[in-house]
Order: sequence, then structure tokens, then C-alpha cells
Amino acid sequence: MGEKQNDVFSVNLDKYNFRDTEKYVYKTSKGLSKEVVEEISRQKDEPKWMLDIRLKAFEIFLKKPTPTWGGDLSSLDYDSYTYYIKPSDKKSQKWEEIPENIKKTFDRLGVPEAERKFLAGLGAQYESEMVYHSIREDLAKKGVIFLDTESGLKEYPELFREYFTKLVPIEDNKFAALNTACWSGGSFIYVPKGVVIDIPLQAYFRINSEKMGQFERTIIIADEGAKLHYIEGCTAPQYSTLSLHTGVIEIFVRKNAKVRYTTIQNWAHNIYNLVTQRSIVEEGGSMEWVDGNLGSKLTMKYPSIYLMGNNSKGKILSIAFATHGQHQDAGGKIIHKGKNTASTIVSKSISRLSGRSSYRGLVKILKGATGIKSSVKCDALMLDEESRSDTYPTMQVEEEDAIVSHEATVGKISDDVIHYLMSRGIKESDAQAMVVMGFIEQFSKELPMEYAVELNRLIQLEMEGSVG
Amino acid sequence: MNALTIKSLKSSVEEKVILNGVDLELPEGEIHIIMGPNGSGKSTLANTLMGHPKYKNIEGEALLFGEDLLKMKVDERARKGLFLAFQYPVEVEGVSMGHFLYSAVSSRNENGNNKDPKRIIQFRNSLKDNLSSLELSSDFISRSLNVGASGGEKKRLEVAQIMTLKPKVILLDEIDSGLDIDSSKLAARAIKDMRKEKISALIITHYPRIIDYLEPEKVHIMAYGKIICSRGIELAFDLEKKGYDWILKEFNSENGDING
Repeated sequence: MGEKQNDVFSVNLDKYNFRDTEKYVYKTSKGLSKEVVEEISRQKDEPKWMLDIRLKAFEIFLKKPTPTWGGDLSSLDYDSYTYYIKPSDKKSQKWEEIPENIKKTFDRLGVPEAERKFLAGLGAQYESEMVYHSIREDLAKKGVIFLDTESGLKEYPELFREYFTKLVPIEDNKFAALNTACWSGGSFIYVPKGVVIDIPLQAYFRINSEKMGQFERTIIIADEGAKLHYIEGCTAPQYSTLSLHTGVIEIFVRKNAKVRYTTIQNWAHNIYNLVTQRSIVEEGGSMEWVDGNLGSKLTMKYPSIYLMGNNSKGKILSIAFATHGQHQDAGGKIIHKGKNTASTIVSKSISRLSGRSSYRGLVKILKGATGIKSSVKCDALMLDEESRSDTYPTMQVEEEDAIVSHEATVGKISDDVIHYLMSRGIKESDAQAMVVMGFIEQFSKELPMEYAVELNRLIQLEMEGSVG
Repeated sequence: MNALTIKSLKSSVEEKVILNGVDLELPEGEIHIIMGPNGSGKSTLANTLMGHPKYKNIEGEALLFGEDLLKMKVDERARKGLFLAFQYPVEVEGVSMGHFLYSAVSSRNENGNNKDPKRIIQFRNSLKDNLSSLELSSDFISRSLNVGASGGEKKRLEVAQIMTLKPKVILLDEIDSGLDIDSSKLAARAIKDMRKEKISALIITHYPRIIDYLEPEKVHIMAYGKIICSRGIELAFDLEKKGYDWILKEFNSENGDING
């Protein structure tokens, strides 16, 4: 049963499953060592303070044990990965200047077309380095910075240093340390005071080399009253051996600013996806994580929001889709420090073919944070008996007047519903996909049209294998 | 040609035999009424014909325009022109009626360009018209399917689906239950209009009221999992006046008391 479905799956996802002949300017040897870290820094021509941070992070990475509280990381072999690959020696502003093989990859993903149609700016990450970066002129005129992280460091060293590792300290966790030691790529975004960007900024990421870790580092700063929607989409080719993705994202939401970070990740089924996403919100600000997790072998990802300022708001909306051989361990974390702050977590998970999904969440209301409202809702949909769904919610409330709610449901697709849809002519697999899409509608309606369509298609492809 | 030919059809629900050899012919373009006491198997007949997985066919056959209906998957039956208006339509959270019905229309037209915006707009407009002819708000198009609709609205939404999908043979399972007089009139008028396109219908009902509007060709009485009597429409009015007892007695004296 499982094999047939995998066949269908790999055939249909062919579009994402291609691979270019490797053609690189520079590639470090396998495994991580002090020398490799130094080499990464040298290749990037970094200031000494950055090298020092990398080396310190490397030490911390070595000391920290691999966490055991979440998914199974026991077969993760840190020495089997290549930690840095530089695909091309120059960055391009124009599509025409991009090397042919890289262009081909993006053409298949439809990136330039998408950009022409929908996007305000785009950073396309091929391997570890941004090779293509563009931003619409009007945004540049307003003082918006949208660069790959390396260029951010070079062009705005002071601004960069002010924020780098300030929200996710090196010591935070083993993977944050790993990322800090060998980070490469990601986006550096600064939106000045009062600047409102109406259309989403978007970046695509790809891993193309077997056993290559990807360690993007993204820093987003929305200054007072600024407004920004950032979208990150991920697709990756499938390989039989393991791969690793360990990103760190730090988002600073200043007074009355508003940031939404949307991501749909569809990793190949052999990837460990271990991401630290954190944001801090000042008075009257608002932060939203819209987070979709498909694919990967194991995802551990808990976007977090620190509501520091009074009257600030946080929202985490996430879905996870776990199929055969996958564990989606996802959730969210909200810390209320400011008074009259409000938070919402909505988590939806779908498991099928013995896939496993877990919700792991924390809502913490600190002493002094009065007038808090928080609601958590997690719904799990299981498509067969073999699948698994767990919920690990934690609430720590230190103020009595807090209004906190938690609601959890676990359900299956009803035969009556499938029959009803089929009785109008809809195929069984389409009917199931329709119910699944309905289940996550609260999530998908928040996505820009082309993303919702893509998500719909991915789920439809997944479901085609599920009806025997 | 017969739209439906049902011969010695037997089926069970959860191991319990409910249909006990149903014979019925519905010629194309005719409307037949099925009446009968509660528990006589009327809904089971409709659900067996549509192919609900809970209803297991044991024996006999059912043909849709001469084709073996019982061998087809549920969705195939629908694409061949069968439609069941459910007694209790289900609610589907997050799936809009518009999206659902357009998918259903597209499933009948797999090679056509279903993504053509012109087609979609055309579809939407005609769905709007259909809803408004049933005095239903066009908000239903974007709302989750049947969610939050009243009993009467759900029944009329089923009729709107019929108007939109244009099936050839419709099974109406108590479409008039829970509808007030005005709403039943609207529903009946919609179905009557479809007679022009030679629609065939089996209508399960307790109320002869709908008969007034529809001018059906025949009334079948169902009891004990069988059709025990088929006559002209005057039978329906007799039943309304006199109840079912007399006809059950008549049947039992002719056939031996099968009810034990």
C-alpha cells in the first residue's frame, strides 16, 4: 500500500524532484570543524567580530547535547553534511546574468514568472548564497532594505550588529548555535518608520546538493508604525540520504508596527527541518506567523512571539501535514509580558499513512501582565487508523485576571461527508482533498492566492495516493 | 426507455435486511411518487441506488438507462446522471458551495477548460439565478456547504444543486419535509420546470401536496421493503384521507401476512 502511494507521490512531485549537475565555485569538506567555520567566514570576507561569533557558536554547538524532548534525532549525523557551498562567485541583479544551470532550476519552479506577476521583491537562494536579488524601485526609494543576509552585513554593518543574535542568542539551543556558526544566506530586511508595504516580499529557498545543510539566517526589522508581509516558500529535491535544514529567523516589531511572516515548507522526505523562529513585539505592535509544514522527515518548529509592550498582539496560525515516515512536531510559543496583550494560536494537523503530528505549545503570562486574553485551538484530523496525533499544551499563568482558553479536537473524515461529495460526481480522492482543504481553510484563506492554489495542489497530490 | 429499472432489489443496513425485493420501473421523463409508512424502506431504496457504503446490496439489479448502476462507483453514478436530494444533507466546514458545485460540474467535463475564467463567471451567475429563484441568498455560494443553514434552506439548497448540475434522474428523499407551503411550492415549481428537459424523478414523500404541483404519472406504495401497490395519483389522496392501514390489509390478504 505504502509503496504504491510513494510512487504516485514521487511521479506527481516530479517538478520539484530534479537536480542539476553540481557546478560550484567553492565547497567545504564534509563535517563541521573550526577550520570549516573559519573558511566560511573567509569565503564571505567577513569582519573579525562575525568570525569570533561564529567560532564561539561552534564551541557552544559542540557542548550542547542534541535535544531529546521532541522528535527522534538519534540518526542525525552532523559529520555527514557539507556545511558550505558557494554556487557562483557573483551576485546578480538581473535575471539574464544568472548562470544558465541555476536559471533552469528557477525556471522550473516558475520563480521569475511569479515575481513578475505578484511580488514586490525577491531573494532566490540557490544553495547557500543569494544569487539573485531584486527589489522594486519604489520600495528602495522609501528606504526599505531587502538584501541577502551577507549583503546586509556588508552594507549595513552597524544596523546588522545591533540586531544579529539579539533575539535568538547563540546559547539558545544546539541548532541556533549550529546556525550561528555556519549561517549562510537568508534575508535581511529593514522597513523604516511609518513605511507600509502593501504587497508581500518573498524569497524562495532551495537545497540542491546531497547531504548539504542549509543554514539561512533571516533578520527582519519593522520600525515604528511600519507594516510588512514577508513570504518564504520552500521546495527541495528528494534524495535517499539525509539532509539538514536549520534556519534561524529573528523578527523585531517596533512600536505600532505590524509584521506577518508566511511560510509554506514542502521539504523532501529525507530532510531534518529544525528551525528557530522568534519575534519580539513592542507597544501596540502586531506579529503574525502563518506557518505551513509539509514534507521533511522530521520538523521541529515552534514560532514564538514575545509580547513585551502593552496592547501588543500575537497570532500563530499553523498547519502540519504528516504522511508515511514523517513526524511534524510543530506548535507555537507566546509570552505575555506587556499589559492588555492578546494572543491566538490556531494549529491544525493532518496525519495519514502512519504519519505523526504533534502540537507542542506554550502560553506564558508573566507576573504584572494584567488584562491578558489568549486562546489556543488545536484540531487534528486523522485519515486512517495507523496515524498518530499528540497534543502537548502548556499554560503558565501568573496573573489571575487572564482570560485563557484552550480547545482541542481530534477527528476523522466522515463517510457520510465523502459520500455526499461523491454523490455529486466528485472522485473519492478529490472529495477527501476537498474535506482536508476545508479543514485547513482558516489557514489557507490567509494565504496569497497563488500560495493557496499551490497548497491545494500539493494536498490533492498527496491525497491521490490515499484512496486504494 | 426506462430511466430506472429495478428488479428484485434486496439490500441491508448493518446486517439487517431492509429492502426485500423491490420491483419498479421509471420510464424516462416520468415522475413517480413513493409513499409508505415509516420504516418501510423508502430511504434505503434511495440510498442503495445512490450507493452509500452503509447500504449493502444483496440481490437483484438496478439499471440506469439500461446500465448496471450497482457496479458503478458513487461518483460515476452521479456523472451518469443520477442525483439524490438527501433527507438530511451533511454540513461540510470550510468547503464553499460554489467551489464544491464547480468541482462537481468540472468532474463532468474533464477535458474541458475548467479554469477558464469565463466559464467560472458564467457558472457563478447561473448558480446565483438558481438560488434566487428558490428565494435563497447568493451568500450561500461562498459560505461553507450547508453549514448554518436551516432545515428548510438545506432542502432548497439541494434543489439548487439539481438545477445547477442538471441530472437526468433525480431521487428526492422527503424534499418537502420541513418546508413551509411557500417553500415547497418553490421547490416543486423548480422541478416541474425541469420536466421540459425530460427529467425523470422518484419522489419520496409523506405529503400529497407536492403532487398537486408536479402532476406525477404514478404513485407507488412501499411497505415491508417492497413496492406493494402502484396506481395513479388519486391513490395519494385516498391515503391522505384514510391512512395506510386499509392498503396494508388489502396487500396482506392477497399475499399472506408477511408482517408476521
